[in-house]
Amino acid sequence: MLTPGTTVRVRDDWPETRGPCHIRTPHYLRGRTGTVLRHLGDFRNPEDLAFARPAATLPLYHVAFTPQAIWPDAGAGEIVVELFEPWLEPL
Amino acid sequence: MTALLETKGDRLLAAIRHLLAEKGIATHPEIKAAIERTDRASPAQGARMVARAWTDPAFRALMLEDGAKAAESLGIPMRGLPPLGVLENTETTHNLVVCTLCSCYPRGVLGYPPFWFKSVAYRARAVRDPAGVLAEWGTILPANTAIRVVDSTADYRWMVLPRRPAETEGWNEERLAALVTAEAMIGVTVPVVS
Amino acid sequence: MSDAQPDARPRAMHDLGGVSRFLCEGIDTEPHALTEFDRTVDAIRQILGAKGVMSVDELRRGIEAIPEADYLRLSYYEKWIRSITDNLLARGVITQAELQAALARC
Repeated sequence: MLTPGTTVRVRDDWPETRGPCHIRTPHYLRGRTGTVLRHLGDFRNPEDLAFARPAATLPLYHVAFTPQAIWPDAGAGEIVVELFEPWLEPL
Repeated sequence: MTALLETKGDRLLAAIRHLLAEKGIATHPEIKAAIERTDRASPAQGARMVARAWTDPAFRALMLEDGAKAAESLGIPMRGLPPLGVLENTETTHNLVVCTLCSCYPRGVLGYPPFWFKSVAYRARAVRDPAGVLAEWGTILPANTAIRVVDSTADYRWMVLPRRPAETEGWNEERLAALVTAEAMIGVTVPVVS
Repeated sequence: MSDAQPDARPRAMHDLGGVSRFLCEGIDTEPHALTEFDRTVDAIRQILGAKGVMSVDELRRGIEAIPEADYLRLSYYEKWIRSITDNLLARGVITQAELQAALARC
């Protein structure tokens, strides 16, 4: 379980290059560093539900990112995204 | 899929409707009932919640803690619907909701998602140029207000709790609710007294 | 890969956040009324979901399988009906023969 305030890195993984998949981790976050805000609850893995496969229940987190660290031309502010635990590496 | 792409949508729908009815999976009365039920959800419901939150601190706290429970307490049916997260706008933070991957929208309290919310331009620009997106609606925020963009990627659906305009002292809930649009509850506008 | 320019990474075509090519596109802020077609497709999706025939995740995956040019060209619910059809066929709820016969009649 990841606690609020934990710094995490989103895995720099690209299942899209390995065959049919359904990924709910946006491309712009892969390999980026963010901060866990809170645990939103536990939900079934959409990556498997999308193929009507048995789906594990996984912790889902709200994680905050800095837009300017992703796109140098972005305005100041924050981006907050729901991400499943297997995609997050605590730093 | 290739052959499907060449068939016009209307014909495909007619064929699918026919087959689903024949197999008892989706009958005409069921479809009609689903349409009627969906039509009952509209931004007016979210607006009622916002107006109540502006006038009742306990409701506001409940709404921020558990959006679905707050909606249900006002008679808005949320059973079977995804969890509802409510994002509070403050003097220093303005929230903007987007679904960059598809079109996830708080339908239970706002009804069908608007055309613009589902558009490629909105989905692409909101996370990278939120100020530019707001400007499309003529919305300019004060310099000390940062924009927090919330990308709906999983099971939650998000709505914004906008700030109550200053000139509304003494207004009743009905009058307050009339100020609150879907655009304000997604974050592309703020409620204004015209 | 994270050092690569954002647009150089192998994103799926529906994964649109921040994609440079669309940054200059204006947003159509006008209300567009839903048609009977739109409402009906939406209702069918809800019924299929409620009955466990097709989940919203399967719907999304089916939409994501639409080739990019068509994804950008087709309307929202036109994408939905294609995904629904694709999923019903894949699940064996309807057969290709049944679909062709129904299309021939419509």
